[in-house]
Amino acid sequence: MKKDNKKNFISLVIVLVFLGIVLLLDQVIKPTDNMSMLLTVLQKGSVYALAAVSMNLLNGFTGLFSLGHAGFMLIGAYTYAMLTIPDAARADVYQYYDPAIRFSIPEVLSNGIGPAGTALGVLIAVIIAGLIACLFAYLIGLPVLKLKSDYLAIATLGFAEIIRAIFQWSKLGPLTNGSNLLKGFERTSTFKLAIGDFTLSLSTFVPVLIATICIWIIVLIKNSTYGRAFVAIRDDEIAAEAMGIDLAHHKMLSFCTSSFFAGISGAMMAMVLSIAQASNFRSAMTYEILLMVVLGGIGSISGSVIGAFLFISTSEWWLRGLDSGKWLGISAPGIFRNGFRLVVFSVIIMIVVLFFRKGIMGDKELTLEMVKAWPKNIFNWIRSIPKKIKSLFSKKEAK
Amino acid sequence: MGGNHLNVNKQHDLNDSVLRLENATIQFGGVIAVNDLDMYVDDGEIVSLIGPNGAGKTTAFNIITGVYAPTNGAVYFKGKKIIQNHPQGKMKKMYSGKDAEKYINLPVLEPTPDKITQMGIARTFQNIRLFKSRTVFENILTAKHLRRTSNYFTSTFGLNKDEEAQMREASLELLRVVGLEDVKDELATSLPYGKQRRLEIARAMATDPELLLLDEPAAGMNPQETLELAEFIRELRDKYHYTILIIEHHMDLVMNISERIYVLEFGRLIAEGTPTEIQNNEDVINAYLGVGEEDA
Repeated sequence: MKKDNKKNFISLVIVLVFLGIVLLLDQVIKPTDNMSMLLTVLQKGSVYALAAVSMNLLNGFTGLFSLGHAGFMLIGAYTYAMLTIPDAARADVYQYYDPAIRFSIPEVLSNGIGPAGTALGVLIAVIIAGLIACLFAYLIGLPVLKLKSDYLAIATLGFAEIIRAIFQWSKLGPLTNGSNLLKGFERTSTFKLAIGDFTLSLSTFVPVLIATICIWIIVLIKNSTYGRAFVAIRDDEIAAEAMGIDLAHHKMLSFCTSSFFAGISGAMMAMVLSIAQASNFRSAMTYEILLMVVLGGIGSISGSVIGAFLFISTSEWWLRGLDSGKWLGISAPGIFRNGFRLVVFSVIIMIVVLFFRKGIMGDKELTLEMVKAWPKNIFNWIRSIPKKIKSLFSKKEAK
Repeated sequence: MGGNHLNVNKQHDLNDSVLRLENATIQFGGVIAVNDLDMYVDDGEIVSLIGPNGAGKTTAFNIITGVYAPTNGAVYFKGKKIIQNHPQGKMKKMYSGKDAEKYINLPVLEPTPDKITQMGIARTFQNIRLFKSRTVFENILTAKHLRRTSNYFTSTFGLNKDEEAQMREASLELLRVVGLEDVKDELATSLPYGKQRRLEIARAMATDPELLLLDEPAAGMNPQETLELAEFIRELRDKYHYTILIIEHHMDLVMNISERIYVLEFGRLIAEGTPTEIQNNEDVINAYLGVGEEDA
């Protein structure tokens, strides 16, 4: 037990240092800098990291293959947006409809208790976004969770598409603004903290902080007795049930928890992009998240985080030049045109999947010992590349 | 009445039995896998259920553990009725077993396997089903989940420290008892076969059962290992006062540890008695060795 406490303490310190660095970067890097892409990556990366980890909780730990993630994120994003558009801006946003909600939680609270009310209001709206997604998950879970593997995936995928259609339905316009987007709500780029004359910019810090707290909670769930029950269901449903684990109850818990955090990541996405539009939450988004989970390693939380940040920084930042004519100093406007980035990106993903068959982390978590062993392991890994390439082309089944 | 009842001890009060099956019948399509099975296991007894392949032994286990609902019949645990059913739907017409009218007006009781385990009946599996991604210790710890008093919230945020510590301590203790303490941090599936069997028994014990159902615990073991297993099972019974029902093919083991034996053939009970009685029972010998057409 003592060893566990020490480990927990070390991870807490690492997380706090990381948050401190993010806060610092938030102040140092100006939006016009070259490095401002780093902030974008951190913002979007934390949104997707939370989405990937919450999907991993369901698909990786509980073994329920669900593809409804984009739907729950959509619910979260819209809930957050609807609750935080200032009353004055509503008429402008809901051009064709008569807005049904006529208050904004941050506004109401800031009128009541001053500037801190805005932050509190945003927090409350984020939590409500999660809860609404959770509620939908409960309702859809009642019939759907009885299904197994592929059938569950198809049912949840269908659900997500239906949700997207419903949110664009003109009859719901007073709430969702129909097929138009929602904007004007509280967004991260305006988050600031004034201390005397000095203003701290929190535009990157806030999403990173929310994601960190949520992922931390998911880690706690995984390590709790319920987390063990989830893994038992994944490993062997029949044995788990014979050991007294109520399958329906635990599957529902996992599904609702996963959707709760998906809803929060949806709210964060709205915050970061400063718009909420149903057409963004296509099933392609679910596949992207699934890809991050698979790249990182199904069943590894740190893997999902690494997968999400690698995915976002590669597609948004490192390969950006491939679309605009110049990359790594190579200027080839003929080849590096719109769309070429995606070609390279797809090739990279295929290579990664071929070399890391169980994802980057497998089902293990990142630990200090692992980091210490890296220099040796990376050397061994590079040495084994020729062998691996050879095995790709051999007819034997890869192990 | 149940038709071909075998010599059930008339003085014996069946309500004292830990486990009792009454007219348990299960029909899949047109095939009756278990036919009008009556049996009981008394407190602290070790009872074996034997029979040729396909006789319906595991199906009987699956009825007791709630995996299959019986088509007709009832199961009692510690004198309380826990499972009861009668032919329904399509089965109403197809049912070719007995005693359908006996249960027709009685309520249907179909608890899921987890509820059965909660009541105090734990089982092992014929083809080992350990949690394969988990260590030996975690396998045991996972089985402790059902006796939790903490809820989702308190266990996530570590508000159940005492309970968690207790669970871990009890799991370690159990590993000590079954002699797997030295391999507790190894992956369950990396253990040798005999130890995996032992771990499965330990995992079933972790659910704090009163009745243990062991499905072919000696499958794949050599005579030496089988002997050790017999000793082990008897020790467990003496130490924890379990009631144990075993399905087994190893006659050494069965004759060694059973106090009573039930013999199934084609889903039907053909004999019941002490090991000596069974060894000399003609029906049993015929069932195992087969009877030539001319003799039959």
